[in-house]
Amino acid sequence: MDGAWQGGRSSAPASRAVAGRIVATVAEFDSVGLRYGTGAEVLRDLDFRLRTGSFYFLTGPSGAGKTSLLKLLYLAQRPTRGRIKLFGEELSEAEREALPPFRRRIGVVFQDFRLIRHLSAFDNVALPLRVGGASDEEVEGPVREMLAWVGLADRASARPPTLSGGEQQRVAIARAVINRPELLVADEPTGNVDADMANRLMGLFTAMNRLGTTVVVATHDVGLISATPGAQLIRLENGTLVDPTGTLKNPPHPPRSGS
Amino acid sequence: MFAWLFVAPAERRLLGAARFGGPTPWVIAIMTFSIMLIAASGLALASTAALVARSIESRYALEVPGGAASLAPLVQAVRSTAGVSSVEAVPESDMRQTLERWLGPAAQSAELPVPALINFDAAPGTRLGALQQRARAIAPGARLVAHRDSVGPLLHSLRLLQWVAFGLVVLLSIAASAAVVLAARGALDTHRFTIEVMHGIGATDLQVTHLFQRKILIDALVGSLAGAFAAAIVLLLLASGAALAGELTGGATLGLLDLLVLALLPFALTVLATWVARTAVLRSLRKAL
Repeated sequence: MDGAWQGGRSSAPASRAVAGRIVATVAEFDSVGLRYGTGAEVLRDLDFRLRTGSFYFLTGPSGAGKTSLLKLLYLAQRPTRGRIKLFGEELSEAEREALPPFRRRIGVVFQDFRLIRHLSAFDNVALPLRVGGASDEEVEGPVREMLAWVGLADRASARPPTLSGGEQQRVAIARAVINRPELLVADEPTGNVDADMANRLMGLFTAMNRLGTTVVVATHDVGLISATPGAQLIRLENGTLVDPTGTLKNPPHPPRSGS
Repeated sequence: MFAWLFVAPAERRLLGAARFGGPTPWVIAIMTFSIMLIAASGLALASTAALVARSIESRYALEVPGGAASLAPLVQAVRSTAGVSSVEAVPESDMRQTLERWLGPAAQSAELPVPALINFDAAPGTRLGALQQRARAIAPGARLVAHRDSVGPLLHSLRLLQWVAFGLVVLLSIAASAAVVLAARGALDTHRFTIEVMHGIGATDLQVTHLFQRKILIDALVGSLAGAFAAAIVLLLLASGAALAGELTGGATLGLLDLLVLALLPFALTVLATWVARTAVLRSLRKAL
């Protein structure tokens, strides 16, 4: 019996259509600003759109506001001004009860992994599926497959404190992508893994992108950017987008069917 | 309706294994123990008050000062009144004997005015005014007294004590609820990281709340059953003591309905604790985005 999770079964098949139409942009930021408490604005006048099925790198110096921008994207923070549309829905002032279904459509790889320490790698990866209402039987296969894909098949029952930084990072990535999210947001996802694993992880992101997932990766790693043809750049400095044309430094993907 | 009680092991693991380590079951056990003893006292008082009230409801006494000589015609007058039954004369000599227990030989002193009494039951509608007039015609100082007037203050005290017991039960329940709220907040603080992660991946407040609700229900049930068990032992010991004390305890017994109420109390407390915890958790979660 799945008890508490049953209320959360997601409506993924219909997730890319809003009222019968295909959403061409995953996210729309319109004059968005963000400040924490009474401090100065950490993000100012952000105006941009993320096209469905595209691959974006978010770059900029430390303190530029990359993590804050990602938090707005994965609905962990509300803007203090401006409007944010995700999946075609205006969510800047949405009731908090309306947010969980949208969060289930977003996969997030946190810089600090955010794994639950007392759960095994298997349970951590399975969490999004269980929140979505999947039964133990439905969870078993996909989670084992995903753990094998990130090279952790034999570490399924290990708890995060017993895993290395790189292994934890891979568990976090597996958790973020297990649900086939429409939008994948990753904050420095390759910061704790070796070059080989970084390439494999980027390969995973690229593969997901080919399947239609919009990917946003915040990184300082120029090598990653240059190794991902077709990816677009979003550059932040002092909380604002600079050189807006820079977002098209790399040629975009050819238009996908349905996007 | 109760699906959330039977969650999968994976979901149980989300909050870790420390189920009975916290103080919540102990606090609830102590509260349940106290509440059950106080409730039992209140119910016994209610039972006694009801018994006394019933027995004196229609009981009257005709006081006849120095009226040994006129007692027989007065008894006759009372008996002949329509609606009167169970007439019982208590002569002055019997009254003095009774008083001797407290006053000693002074009870036999001629200087102590001791009335004779005629106790009787009067059905509703009995013409007591006419009876008093007839009695006064026979013995001018005769006075009709309703037992409920003389025992009224005692009944009032008993009912007041009942309400005090009820108030204490309510206060202890509120205290138990406050303890549960603190426990729920503590649990939320302990598991804040897990909750943030769950929210981040799209868990609803209700999904998170169900996990805590179930945990607190189990803690509350264990605590209240333990407290109820201890209270039952004490009540059984008191009941056997009361049986030995015999007439001193009079009608202070617990009826079947009272026992049913006492048996339901631990479960009512469990439901209250769970509801309070659920509300506290939901309110706390709503403060987050």
